[in-house]
Amino acid sequence: MSTTASNTTRSRGKEPAGEKVADWVDGRLGIYSLAKANMRKIFPDHWSFMLGEVCLYSFLIIILTGVYLTLFFHPSMNEVVYHGSYVPLQGQLMSEAFNSTLHISFEVRGGLLIRQIHHWAALIFLAGMFVHMMRVFFTGAFRKPREINWMFGFLLFVLGMFTGFTGYSLPDDLLSGTGVRFMEGAILSVPIIGTYISYFLFGGEFPGHDFVARFYSIHILLLPGIMLGLVVGHLILVFYHKHTQFAGPGKTNNNVVGMPLLPVYMAKAGGFFFLVFGAITAVAAIAQINPIWAIGPYRPDQVSTGAQPDWYMGFSEGLIRTMPGWEINFAGHTLVLGVFIPLMIFPLVLVAIAVYPFLEAWVTGDRREHHILDRPRNVPTRTAFGAAWIAWYFVLLVGGGNDLWATHFHLSINAITWFVRIGFFVVPVLTFVVTKRICLGLQRRDKDKVLHGRESGIIKRLPHGEFIEVHEPLSQEQLYTLTAHHQYEPVEIGPTVDENGVERKVGGTQKLRAKLSSAYYGEDGQISKPTVEEYKEITSGHGHH
Amino acid sequence: MKKLSARRRHPLAAVVVLLLALAATGGLYTAFAPASKAKADDSAQSLTIEEGKKLYEVGCASCHGTGGQGTTDGPSLVGVGAAAVDFQVGTGRMPAQQPGAQIPRKKVIYSQAEIDQLAAYIASLGAGPNVPTKNQYSPEGADIAKGGELFRTNCAQCHNFTGKGGALTHGKFAPDLEGVAPKHIYEAMQTGPQNMPSFPDTTLSSKNKKDIIAYLNAVNSDETQNPGGLELGGLGPVSEGLFAWIFGLGALIAVAVWVAARTAKAKKS
Repeated sequence: MSTTASNTTRSRGKEPAGEKVADWVDGRLGIYSLAKANMRKIFPDHWSFMLGEVCLYSFLIIILTGVYLTLFFHPSMNEVVYHGSYVPLQGQLMSEAFNSTLHISFEVRGGLLIRQIHHWAALIFLAGMFVHMMRVFFTGAFRKPREINWMFGFLLFVLGMFTGFTGYSLPDDLLSGTGVRFMEGAILSVPIIGTYISYFLFGGEFPGHDFVARFYSIHILLLPGIMLGLVVGHLILVFYHKHTQFAGPGKTNNNVVGMPLLPVYMAKAGGFFFLVFGAITAVAAIAQINPIWAIGPYRPDQVSTGAQPDWYMGFSEGLIRTMPGWEINFAGHTLVLGVFIPLMIFPLVLVAIAVYPFLEAWVTGDRREHHILDRPRNVPTRTAFGAAWIAWYFVLLVGGGNDLWATHFHLSINAITWFVRIGFFVVPVLTFVVTKRICLGLQRRDKDKVLHGRESGIIKRLPHGEFIEVHEPLSQEQLYTLTAHHQYEPVEIGPTVDENGVERKVGGTQKLRAKLSSAYYGEDGQISKPTVEEYKEITSGHGHH
Repeated sequence: MKKLSARRRHPLAAVVVLLLALAATGGLYTAFAPASKAKADDSAQSLTIEEGKKLYEVGCASCHGTGGQGTTDGPSLVGVGAAAVDFQVGTGRMPAQQPGAQIPRKKVIYSQAEIDQLAAYIASLGAGPNVPTKNQYSPEGADIAKGGELFRTNCAQCHNFTGKGGALTHGKFAPDLEGVAPKHIYEAMQTGPQNMPSFPDTTLSSKNKKDIIAYLNAVNSDETQNPGGLELGGLGPVSEGLFAWIFGLGALIAVAVWVAARTAKAKKS
């Protein structure tokens, strides 16, 4: 009773403070209409839709911890003598960058933990983006209208790679210095302009006195700035396009079935942020990463075995480690193909996956919007391409870690290198063929399930002695889910000679497209899904099989 | 005296003087040399060598030849010195189980006394580096930081930043140096076993070797402290990347699955 009374008095008297503030803000920013449009935005529920969130949150964690690190880091290559608390480096000459990183690790309160969170979060950020990108790829979420967002995501991955590279090079330790030297070597291998670019980048001879400061502004300002912009754009587009969803009863291309942003997803996403932060912090508290004190300060005359980049750059290491050391000498100039060819293949590996959506759009010629996701098995050629790309990437990672494969599996490093050289060409092809066969097999299984039901595992003996397995028919929902996908017809060039005997010119690209299309959607490209007639015939006829 | 001075020009005089001189030197030597001690030492030494030779004939001669001259299956041991024997047998590498790209460290099968006998026998075949004494290899009082610098300059190319080991060509490898006795590390540097180059005192002074041993003791031993937590093998970004994928992203995906499985129930209103 008392609450009702107070409510009535309140509504007659002044409005609550929150409302006043909200009114004030709305008068200036128009938040009411914004909130009205977006607060009830629906998001579908699936764990794989949260991979992007993992990336977003780890990116935020990286920014937060990175800010803390900038408070103590000195991006300078001036030489100083170490007098800090780590005994095995006492009295050693090192750059101020290295010295301040040691200071962060050993003297700054919480410094080592923050450093480790920053680095672990970076590895997880890139791994998260990789998996997120593959989720989008295999489910076909990149199709119209989301091609631009696919490109945004791809750019974020590539920029993330370079932000990571410039970041782990900052402490100026022996490992990262070797990595920078590697990069300098790659730049030098570029014909004609290589030397000039290298001199420009390092302010003279390697290592010079500039690169840490330059990498620093690239690492903390330029690249993250661009990335932040892309992340915002990426998120705006996710809101604008609305989220995709898997096929299922009640889910169409024109709706989104799920929970509203407020309050459900706000709570979930907010909670998930802290879970991600907690998990990464736990990893950082448990496991050591990049122990620069053990690695030692960079000196160009020193190098260690097992000098690899962080995992996302590992494939470039694989390219360079397995490439034969070819060289051409021409008129007093040396063209180092052993380095230059890997440098050219490096972007190619990345671009191969980035352009795929555009290739597929061209082959299908489909201009409709797609908001329902594909099951990977229903698009065998795309799935096989993606799997082949991952296999390709993995083969190069093996090449990048060839020494550790050799020591841990008691193999010859030369044998591994040869495996990678051959595998570079063969493994993707094999993976493509095998994956496609698996997809087609799974499609056949789906078809079987639709037409004959689920195998129940119950064996029945008929009066005349025959044993049969009882098949349970699928529910209507399951039947819908298994048959909801659209199957394309291969593109036909059509008759090249019309009824009057006049030849029609068919361009090479058109022929190529027809060829690709029949590989995608011809008899070998997909298993035609069961039709209503087939289903009726079987279910109405002689019951189960 | 006249007789003597008359014969001093005799043709045999020089010979007589020479004989007398030799007799005198020899007599003086036998009188002054530490005869008894030298004699006892000598016999013990020869006894050790004898024992070593017997052990050698049983355990080593099939590959290294009956006189240590080497065969197609094993190198000559003439001049490798006692240090090499102490290292190879003392770390269990020798006698080798089977030929291969590299003979790995394994269980030591000889006692230290037997190893010393073998070493004495091999050392008797030709001069080589001796087994170092404790104050040569003991890491006490050495300059750890200097050792680190030397290690990164001379050793890290094969053994990794902190001596975790690495791969060499055709199945050969530089082993992990954790748990290797300081004496053996010293001997390895001195003699350059298997694929390792040797660092004699002219290249790397005894003090430098000691510094390196002290550094390894600080960064790659039971006493090593890893302020950042689990070391993950100390192998750098490859193991870190693997850990990030499996335990980092793996944990986050598990969390995502858990969160997604807990969906809000629609209220009937």
